[in-house]
Amino acid sequence: MVELALPRNSKIQEGKIWPKPEGATNLREYRIYRWSPDDDQNPHMDTYFVDMDDCGPMVLDALLYIKNKIDPTLTLRRSCREGICGSCAMNIDGANTLACTKGADEIKGPVKVYPLPHMEVIKDLVPDLTNFYAQHASIQPWLQTVSPEPAKEWLQSHEDRQKLDGLYECILCACCSTSCPSYWWNGDRYLGPAVLLQAYRWLIDSRDEATGERLDNLEDPFRLYRCHTIMNCTQTCPKGLNPAKAIAEIKKMMVERRV
Amino acid sequence: MSQSTATQAPGKKARPLSPHLSVYKMTITMAMSIVHRITGGALYFGTLLVVWWLIAAATDAQYFDFVSWLFGTLIGRLVLFGYTWALIHHMLGGIRHLIWDTATGMEKHTASKIAWATLIGSVTITVLIWLFAIFARGAM
Repeated sequence: MVELALPRNSKIQEGKIWPKPEGATNLREYRIYRWSPDDDQNPHMDTYFVDMDDCGPMVLDALLYIKNKIDPTLTLRRSCREGICGSCAMNIDGANTLACTKGADEIKGPVKVYPLPHMEVIKDLVPDLTNFYAQHASIQPWLQTVSPEPAKEWLQSHEDRQKLDGLYECILCACCSTSCPSYWWNGDRYLGPAVLLQAYRWLIDSRDEATGERLDNLEDPFRLYRCHTIMNCTQTCPKGLNPAKAIAEIKKMMVERRV
Repeated sequence: MSQSTATQAPGKKARPLSPHLSVYKMTITMAMSIVHRITGGALYFGTLLVVWWLIAAATDAQYFDFVSWLFGTLIGRLVLFGYTWALIHHMLGGIRHLIWDTATGMEKHTASKIAWATLIGSVTITVLIWLFAIFARGAM
């Protein structure tokens, strides 16, 4: 359902201003969303100052600087630090992206960091992705065949393989799904752009033989058709992919199989 | 939303919902999606005005003159100008969605340009329609 305002326990308050690092001359202000399950406070925005002469260029570098040198309680997910694991997806400067590939120099003024939007917060910048992963599982993201197994691998022409370009690169970071207003209001029933792009990745795979069943599973007013082409997904994808186009292609497949 | 039992310790307080609309930076495609809905809603109201005008025409000359006078006042014209814009904007938005439904024009920057084009196009066409109307009548 559309609920524009945040629930009472989610309203964001002003937080602590942490002391500036001593002797630093090249400071950058970071305003970061904080919430802990271990106290009775509402979410709040803490202010930190990062010494840019002692810190790498990416937002993730600054977050780790803060965690290592100012406030070890700051909680975030991160792993590969090179844009391939999708762990450090968060809302930076008003758009969802990966902290590890977002340069602090791309942002004007204080850097505002929130968890991925309209998600339950486990702690600080860590959202609960249980529903997102369950939705991914629901589209059965694996090769399904009825033909007898070939002696070696399932072959595919060069042209058919090219159809997977722009789809297989998705790292399931959830930036796109949590940027989508339709997913905000109907995330319990609408599959969202990331999962639908994954669905299309299997629909368009020449080796997959479950296309009809896959389309049946998506033929639903909510699962697929809550997409209203708002295009936030495509605007925000940190890998430069186009989930909105993948969804449009699925809608086309729905029409084409009816005629 | 589902609550993960694996990560939610019993007896802990309810988790907050992370901020969404209040922190998300508006994109032109998002703005045009919202405006498409608002203009769609406004068309119900505007169409009632048209119906009112037609009913007045079918009633009698005196009532028709009254409604025409009402629409001709400054406020009346402002409302009609807004209705014209809503109509044109919603129509262009519809065409944009028709194009996108064929999965063309959906590349990130192309999509933004098309979204801007519907806004600029709707304002331009609305102004042209009114200039034409004023010119055809020969007076404000």
